[in-house]
Amino acid sequence: MTIDMAQFHQVFFDESFEGLDVMESGLLEMDPGSADPEQINSIFRAAHSIKGGSGTFGFTDIADFTHVMETLLDEMRDGRRQVTTEGVNVLLASVDVLREMLTATSEGAELNPERVKVQKADLDRLLAGGDAPSTAESAGSEDEIAPSAGDERAGWHIVFQPHSHMMRTGNDSLRLLRELESLGDLTVTVDTESLPPLSDLEPEDSYLSWDMTLTGDVSQDQINDIFDWVEDDCDLSISSLSSEPAASPVAAETRSESEQQTVAIDVPATAAQSEAASGEAKKSASSSGASSIRVDISKIDALINMVGELVITQSMLSMLGEDFDISQIERLREGLAQLERHTREMQESVMQIRMLPISFTFSRFPRLVHDLSTKMGKQIELKMTGEATEVDKTVIEKIGDPLVHLVRNSLDHGIELPEDRVAAGKSEVGTVELNASHRGGNIIIEIKDDGKGLNKEVLLKKAIEKGVVSPDAVLSDQQIYELIFGAGFSTAETVSDVSGRGVGMDVVRRNINELGGSIEIQSEVGVGSSFVIRLPLTLAILDGQTVSIGSEMYIVPLVSIIESIQIKQDMVNMLAGKGETFKLREEYLPIVRLHEVLGVKDAKAKEINEGLLVVVEGEGRRCGLFVDDLLGQQQVVIKSLEANYKKIDGLSGATILGDGSVALILDIPGLIRMAGNSPTDYDTGIRKTA
Amino acid sequence: MASILAVDDSASMLQMVSFTLKGAGFDVVEATDGQHALDVAKTRNVDLVITDVNMPRMDGITLIGELRKLPSYKFIPLLMLTTESSPEKKQQGKAAGATGWIVKPFNPDQLLMTVKKVLG
Repeated sequence: MTIDMAQFHQVFFDESFEGLDVMESGLLEMDPGSADPEQINSIFRAAHSIKGGSGTFGFTDIADFTHVMETLLDEMRDGRRQVTTEGVNVLLASVDVLREMLTATSEGAELNPERVKVQKADLDRLLAGGDAPSTAESAGSEDEIAPSAGDERAGWHIVFQPHSHMMRTGNDSLRLLRELESLGDLTVTVDTESLPPLSDLEPEDSYLSWDMTLTGDVSQDQINDIFDWVEDDCDLSISSLSSEPAASPVAAETRSESEQQTVAIDVPATAAQSEAASGEAKKSASSSGASSIRVDISKIDALINMVGELVITQSMLSMLGEDFDISQIERLREGLAQLERHTREMQESVMQIRMLPISFTFSRFPRLVHDLSTKMGKQIELKMTGEATEVDKTVIEKIGDPLVHLVRNSLDHGIELPEDRVAAGKSEVGTVELNASHRGGNIIIEIKDDGKGLNKEVLLKKAIEKGVVSPDAVLSDQQIYELIFGAGFSTAETVSDVSGRGVGMDVVRRNINELGGSIEIQSEVGVGSSFVIRLPLTLAILDGQTVSIGSEMYIVPLVSIIESIQIKQDMVNMLAGKGETFKLREEYLPIVRLHEVLGVKDAKAKEINEGLLVVVEGEGRRCGLFVDDLLGQQQVVIKSLEANYKKIDGLSGATILGDGSVALILDIPGLIRMAGNSPTDYDTGIRKTA
Repeated sequence: MASILAVDDSASMLQMVSFTLKGAGFDVVEATDGQHALDVAKTRNVDLVITDVNMPRMDGITLIGELRKLPSYKFIPLLMLTTESSPEKKQQGKAAGATGWIVKPFNPDQLLMTVKKVLG
């Protein structure tokens, strides 16, 4: 019978990846020294299943690798081996390698054998160095028994005496005799001596024993095979007819191990699949594409419910329209208000479908923190809250790398070494908090540590060295912190492989800005730092402030607006070569006259006191946008300019307003960049005129 | 045709075992852990049980012990599927009443050979 084992592969991979997750989270929660046996058992079970499956489906390298992990876990589970931090770490690293192996195998890709070898060596070393019996012993015994696969061809003398309970294990003596008979010429003498009188006979017990001679081309292993299951349930002696009796029970015991070694090789992976097989084959779960999304059924239900409401409102309105007269104006208004409500609710429901809990992103951090803190010799506790906070799928996809970078930074630059922490009067265990929450239509993600905080002097010195800031510049705290977002800016004294390559914080901010979000830093030397990321709930809809410039209307993202003010001409300062600035609470901000930048001819406000200044912030810099007037605030659906026209500096998109007219959405960071030309110019520009 | 109760918490292994046995004409009942298998066993009789050892809720060895307490499972062959090469596991199984074991990894032919041997 030919069976295509490949049909089970997808299920095997799916369950193995799930198993790896179980192993990883279990290992992370494991407390060295006092591990919960049930917890180890669940990790063990996962490893065990992967090993069993991989061996069966012909992935012998995965099976071999998992075998060592399993042995370690087995010893930990039985209490034969201490659960040490090192042990947990090696196992975690092995989980990674195993995941790579499974991924490579499932994708039919090349595997890096060197990496597997190195990790396997680590595992072997741990296994050998432990206080538990090492595999070296069993490996040795396998070598020893290999030659004992006897070459005795002449025949065997077998005495088989079942214990009285043997039948109750489901083993039938007759079956064993039949099997022996199939090997060669069998002469059987039955010994009925222990058979009691019928009145005393227990029908479930075995009383007979057999003395047999088996001749033919039979090896001792073949005979051991037959008695393998019952070796403890009988007295068995197997001796060669031509020599002294061999120590059969020992050989029988070790046999199964040697079989396991050989069986692993001849697992077939038949390509051809019989028709019968294909008929019954369960379709392997196809891996879903990256562009698909798993949606909670309750969200779909809510949407369907909403559609139902909408249909009712629509039919109510169309009935009203059939014979409408002015007396029904009130009902029409009610209907329209209802329609508006349902449309808005439906919009929210649809948006909900794209929302996923941020735990998708957060879930990688326990492992990351564990690995890095071990590597850096720091003790760090990670606290995560708000993992259920839902964010747009695109945000989930794009926020991961920036968050990883920020957390790495907190670990590397923020949290001090345990001795330094104790010296500073803090607990030697540092804390990194990761919080997510909804706040006023935004998602707030905060990465907070209780480390040493950002050192303003060091930052400033570095910035001056690099020529990013002029030596006599006076910057606010926030502006100094913002410096770390500059390209190529790293203050780590030695570049570690954890962070400090100086390529990152600028990318972090760019990624966050691309999501329409912003990042803010709070820090106190010796107390800690906190990075607060503010992101829009969704990327398809924007909360906007409509502003007018002449006959044109523009949308300013609400998230960028700090305030709107009207200033007098005498508050404007001209800075040499830098154009207009105005002073807002000890800070000089550039003025961007939008009608000039955007080329609007019919702007009403030409003088500064005729219009309004909208103070906006982007990428940590502020400026005042000079507009004619503020109109309403509304949610707008973002239409891409690039997709429909082309990219224009200072504009991030367009939208269609309620009256059908098109309004352009301002790109605040872009406009500020245009106003400042380059960071150097800009930072010089905000120098306080003493 | 003989009926077999196959027990494994790993979906892929259970599929493989079940598919192989069905292909050979056996009537197969599936269970995904020991407790599930025991519940099934209480409602119907089978000619052979093949069970994985490491499973959640109830492991294979406990299952074998429990099955042996059921009158109709007293003498039927109960096989363990095990990767444990350690003799203790097999002995524990035997002590609980297992007939024998099939050592993983195994291929469908080996499985069928063993099953046919046990069922005579």
